[in-house]
Formats: sequence, C-alpha cells, structure tokens
Amino acid sequence: MLVLAIDTSTPAVTVALHDGAEVLAESTTVDARRHTELVAPAVVDVLAGAGADRRDVTAVAVGVGPGPFTGLRIGLVTARVLGAALSVPVYGMCSLDVVARRVTAGGPFVVATDARRHEVYWAGYDAAGRRIDGPSVGAPADVATDLPVAGEGPRLYPEAFPNAVRPQYPNAADLAAAVVSGSADLVPPDPMYLRRPDARPPGAPKPVLAR
Amino acid sequence: MAADAPLVLGIETSCDETGVGLVRGRDLLVDAVASSVDEHARYGGVVPEVASRAHLEAMVPTLERACRDAGVSLADVDAVAVTSGPGLAGALMVGVAAAKALAVGLGRPLYGVNHLAAHVAVDQLEHGELPKPTIALLVSGGHSSLLMVEDVAGTVELLGATIDDAAGEAFDKVARFLGLGYPGGPAIDRVAIHGDPEAIAFPRAMWHDGLDFSFSGLKTAVVNHVRAHPESSTEHVAASFQQAVVDVLVHKALKAAKAVGAKGLVLGGGVAANSLLRTQLLDACEKDGLRCLLPSPAMCT
Ligand SMILES: [Zn+2]
Repeated sequence: MLVLAIDTSTPAVTVALHDGAEVLAESTTVDARRHTELVAPAVVDVLAGAGADRRDVTAVAVGVGPGPFTGLRIGLVTARVLGAALSVPVYGMCSLDVVARRVTAGGPFVVATDARRHEVYWAGYDAAGRRIDGPSVGAPADVATDLPVAGEGPRLYPEAFPNAVRPQYPNAADLAAAVVSGSADLVPPDPMYLRRPDARPPGAPKPVLAR
Repeated sequence: MAADAPLVLGIETSCDETGVGLVRGRDLLVDAVASSVDEHARYGGVVPEVASRAHLEAMVPTLERACRDAGVSLADVDAVAVTSGPGLAGALMVGVAAAKALAVGLGRPLYGVNHLAAHVAVDQLEHGELPKPTIALLVSGGHSSLLMVEDVAGTVELLGATIDDAAGEAFDKVARFLGLGYPGGPAIDRVAIHGDPEAIAFPRAMWHDGLDFSFSGLKTAVVNHVRAHPESSTEHVAASFQQAVVDVLVHKALKAAKAVGAKGLVLGGGVAANSLLRTQLLDACEKDGLRCLLPSPAMCT
C-alpha cells in the first residue's frame, strides 16, 4: 500500500506519502499565493524522498476543505487528475478533521481556519477527537469560545479564541495516516465550499425597447 | 499522418470552457469541450468563480472523453500542454494544476502555451503553415488583441489590446441590456441581420490612436441612446452596435498588417464566429492583397 496525501485548503501546501506502516516522506510549505506552483513539485519531491515510483501509488487522499476556493481547488484537481493518470482511487477528508487529528487538548476542542472576509471555517470536536459540530462558516464573534482552538483562527482573532492550541495548519501526514488506519470519515473528493459563488444573479434582464 | 508522431494532450481553461485537445504531429485528433455557458447565462456574463468551479468538475470527465473519442489512453500521451494565460486567473489555475498533475502522474514533460498563441496554432492546424509574418486578430469575451506572428512556437509579439472591455464582453453587456440573452455575440448577430447598421452613429473609439482598442465607451453610448430614444428598434440598435465593433476591429487589423508588412491575417477567439466580422474582414483582406484565414466557427473558442 502506498497512499499519497495532499491538502491545499489553507496557506499550507502539504503532501505526504504513507506505506501503510509509516510516513515515508512529507513536505509542507506555507505560502498562500503559490499553491499552483508548489503542489506538483511537492508530489515529485515526496516520491523521490521516499525512493518510490509514481506507479507504486495505490491511492490518493485529499483534504476537501472547507478553505479559500482557489487554493482548495488546486489540491482537488491535482488529486483527481493524479487518480486518473495512475488509475487509482481518490479519497476525500474534511480538512478541519485533518487538523483535529494532531490536536492534544485533553478535552473538547474547536478547529477554526481562515475563511477570509472576516469569517472562519470551524468545527467542534469531543474529547475523543470526534466531530460533533460543523463544519460551518461564520463570524469569529458568533463562534467565540474559551475552549482550546486549533487552526489559524486564534492567531487571526485572539479576542474570539483566546485559548490557542497547535497545530495551525493541516498536515498531509495526518491525512495519509487517517486513510491508512481506516478510522477516518472518508468522503468523495468533492470541494466543501460552504458558500455559493460570489455573484448573485441580476434581476431578470428587462427588455428596454419595444420589440 | 505519421502514427509514430508524438501524441500531445492540451488543456485549456482560460475562460468558461474546459477544453482538452489531442494532437498527433500536426493532426488534431479530438477537441473535447465542456462548457459552463448555461450556468453563466443567468448572470448575464462570465462569473469567474462559477467558471472555476465548473472547470474542476469537468476536468477529469473531459480528459476521459477526449481519450475515448480519440481511441487512445492517457498512458499513450507523450507530452502535456496547457494554456498559461492570459485569461481568468482562478480558471487558468485549475487547468495549469491539472496539467502539472497529469505530467507528474504520467511521467511526461509539460509545456506552457500562451493562450493567444494557442489560438493561432489552432489556425495553423486547420490551414497549414501560416504566411510570414501574419497578423492575428483575437477577439473573445476575455481578450481583444492584435499579435504579430513570426512562428507559433517562437515569436509572437503583442501589437495592441483592449484598454478596457474585451469585444466579446461588450457584446455580452449590450445583449443583456437589450434583453437578447447570453452569450451576446450570436444573440446580437441573429437580431442585427434584420436591422440597419447605419441607423445610429455609434462612436468608433480610438480610431486614429495606435493599435489598442476601447469598447466600454461604445457600450455606454448604446445605453444612453436607448434611454434617450426608448422607441428605437432593437434590430437597428443591435445592427449599429455590431457595425461599430466590427469597423474598429477590421480597421485596426489592417492597420497592423500594413505597419509590419504582413502577408496574412488570421482571426481567432469566440467573436470570430460573428458573421459580419468574417465577411468584412474577408473583403478588406482581398482589397489589400492579404491572405485571410478564418477558423471554422466551431474552432473559435
Ligand atoms: Zn481565447
């Protein structure tokens, strides 16, 4: 088994390779503006770092967000096309759940990431790390909490999330491990946008002329 | 065609259509297109986020359809090409990321192609070698550009471009204002046939100023005219607007040809399907002794 995992739902472009027993290689670069440039070379690097051939990959896993649309799509299209090129299945997982897998809060906690426009994507977890609320998008003031909060939320909105815990970003190594373990809630590799496309349809165009 | 010529797969997502082409040597085997035009229709124009979402959904199905129609498999592809701009940034990125992933997944090289040069290359596929140098007039919802082409793989020089709206964008906006639907090019073309192109004297912007275009003033002139004369016929307004756009495009294209001593002129982009533009460009080229290459309307986008 060889699982290639990718997440681009946050400023972190993260890629990892897992052979079923352990993570063989991983690469994480935080740069919100260069997802398109970074992700394919990261795949090449991770394969080379593990001494693996692309044809050995047996499955692709991808974080499906929620996350800023443009970056999120880069990971999804990369995973889907790799799946097609390698003829292997592609699995999705909520990116907030990927962050949650690395949280050691010792109790209930929240994951909140940057949704831009002064909002956060967030989900709530119980002490065992099971998602019990969300994922949703909302204003920091409306989801403010004293619980431990992972993700970029606490750094961006410390007044709403005073109790920051690590990590800030998802790590593809956790995504790959979750897929390998069989303990993750896997979903189809479809984007979780949580918002409609920006534009609102104009009112019905009205003919202004006598026809 | 040489069966052993390299098989190149090209991906194009610069606007509202997801395109996958397969070329062996100089032969176009298949050109699979998925369009999100219907989704944009309710917005009266291309919405970048709608286009980007549609590209993501259409990418793998369009790749698979192209291979099926050409009777090849992805593994047969020798190289991957992608249009790298200009176009809608978010939409382009989906195609570029897909092409990079395909190149990595297949272990094949990737080539970035300027979107405008790709239009010209399409023409070369249809008509064979272009005369040198050639002027390319590319008009679509995303761009209005004049290029000098020495050769498609090498020298393509931008001579002029729109400073505001693209020609296709002006068609979309005016069609929407007139209640004619989307996309605006064909909608206006249909109605204009019944109108008088000289009924209303709309402005020909920047007529004497270099090789750049401007269409936003024309759009405003249409709106102002209709508000002042609500009784005027849609057919006359559409015909007069279309004439103004075509006059400017043809005038600047020939001016560019004269300036660089071009021997030919190629037309590309979605607006290349416009019947008035095609006939008027053909006539003008004939008068100036230029070889005029028009793509078949299906190849325009
Ligand atoms: Zn174009």
